[in-house]
Amino acid sequence: MRALWTILIASALAACATTQTPDTQPPAGVEDRAPGAVRPGPGMQPVPPKPVTGVDLTGDKPAAAAPAPHRDLANILSQRSVYYDFDKYDIKDEFKPVIEAHARYLRENGGLKMLIQGNTDERGSREYNIALGQRRSEGVKRMLLLLGAREDQVEAVSLGEEKPKETGHNEEAWTRNRRSDMLYAGEY
Amino acid sequence: MRNLLAAILVLFAACSAHAQLSIEITGAGAERIPIAVAPLAGEGALLDGSSATISAIVRADLERSGLFRGLEVPRLVPQPTEASRVNYAEWRSRLADALVLGSVAARPDGRYEVRFRLYDVLKQSALGGVAYTLTRDQVRATAHRIADYVYEKLTGGKGVFSTRIAYVVKRGERYELQVADADGANEQAMLVSDEPIISPVWSPDGRRLAYVSFQNKKPIVYVQDIEVPKQRVVANFKGSNSAPAWSPDGRRLALALTRDGNSQIYLIDPDGSNLQRLTRSGGIDTEPFFSPDGQWLYFTSDRGGSPQIYRMPSTGGEAQRITFEGSYNVSPRVSPDGRGLAYLTRNDGRFQVALLDLTTRQVQVLTDGDLDESPSFAPNGRQILLATIVAGRGVLTAVSADGRVKQRLTVSAGDVREPAWGPLNQ
Repeated sequence: MRALWTILIASALAACATTQTPDTQPPAGVEDRAPGAVRPGPGMQPVPPKPVTGVDLTGDKPAAAAPAPHRDLANILSQRSVYYDFDKYDIKDEFKPVIEAHARYLRENGGLKMLIQGNTDERGSREYNIALGQRRSEGVKRMLLLLGAREDQVEAVSLGEEKPKETGHNEEAWTRNRRSDMLYAGEY
Repeated sequence: MRNLLAAILVLFAACSAHAQLSIEITGAGAERIPIAVAPLAGEGALLDGSSATISAIVRADLERSGLFRGLEVPRLVPQPTEASRVNYAEWRSRLADALVLGSVAARPDGRYEVRFRLYDVLKQSALGGVAYTLTRDQVRATAHRIADYVYEKLTGGKGVFSTRIAYVVKRGERYELQVADADGANEQAMLVSDEPIISPVWSPDGRRLAYVSFQNKKPIVYVQDIEVPKQRVVANFKGSNSAPAWSPDGRRLALALTRDGNSQIYLIDPDGSNLQRLTRSGGIDTEPFFSPDGQWLYFTSDRGGSPQIYRMPSTGGEAQRITFEGSYNVSPRVSPDGRGLAYLTRNDGRFQVALLDLTTRQVQVLTDGDLDESPSFAPNGRQILLATIVAGRGVLTAVSADGRVKQRLTVSAGDVREPAWGPLNQ
């Protein structure tokens, strides 16, 4: 056990020493704890080892994002979310003015970039929810493009049910989690 | 410094791993085979203080299947072994239908030798036995082999006690992709991340996992060798990359990509080459799953107005609708024998796992939760592992394919989800 600690701490220290090129090296992982290969004796069935090793990404955080330049709460542009019914992706009329305002803003500020994250509630399949969240964010993107934003300004992605704003298992939480968020560069 | 701390955390997790995933049986088959697994003579020599004896692990394995009832066996003097003459009348009086006797001996090379024999007490005959050589740290693996042997001889089905499972644990804001033995022992982290990890799937040879990680802020498909701590990107296209499924020969992955707009199904090589688009629908197509013969791809699509399961030839082509009842049928998983289809269905607002007999078209709802998801067949087809929420916490449940036997797998201080049962030939 002591040897294992030594190996791990040594490898972790090595990782610290090479932080100038963090992307070229995978982070330190779990060392193989399984025994080496066993040679079977005559007439015996060997039990093969089952080694497992891992990758650790918890140290991989990017540097803190810069604060957003446009966050005037009095401005309609501070509204960033579009909400949906269960298993639906159509944009309700009440959210169209917000999307129109952002389309205008993007059109008038050609250097701005936006990421749209589609979200779902926790119910049902995680994978279907990835696709549903993508459909939601793509719907917002399509409307922004129709209203004059450029394709290279807007990216649509899905977080599915994986990043709930509300963690409860009830209708109130689900309603708030069925959502597309429009984020400007620096906000994600 | 952060790396050092992270590495130590992972190491700590590995050290304290044993029995992190605990299993509780919450139902059993009506007819269980009463079996006596006698303590193996000399098995105490293999104990290292914390571990269970081989006979105790064999008994626990068999009981967990729901098909066996392990009998209490008192310490017998002299201790019977696989070499003893069996006193069938005595074992019959203990109400045993089956009996396991065996012994452990130290070898000159420092290893051990375990021998056992399985007996049919009613027919008063030996059904066979095996000898294994092992090192001290292979006690559990050896016990699982013995349990597999007993299970196969007495039920006719393949035992899955030597298989492994993968699953994701969420502890606070930390996500861990874990691999453990089918009984929850030997849990080891494959990947630890601050971002979500979903949809692990085992390669058919059990050597690799494909999965979806959000570590770069969006879903990207990776493949990782179980024994090498290095990820390889399989699909990182514009939009979402998700829902990987291995072809039965392990040479291709089916997956869902949104690079061309809506989620559509594609094939790709595990090294990220040879991308080929398979579906061209106006709606959502996702969750591909190969039939065991490799001929078909089952998948979820909302092309008919609600999410339903379809299938198409695995080379692409016209899709045929498979599910018709209800307005939400997703996550198709074909049984290992190709005869059944497990999937997630919505009933009166509750999400439950159903099993469709592909021949008779009969549907049986197997679970009774509100938020069940992610079914995964055991490689012998007799159980389905799935995720559910109990008292606000994510747990795994294993249900027998007839819906009768249920087990619950929980982790301490965390949510467990996204189970994937590994193949037999690991």
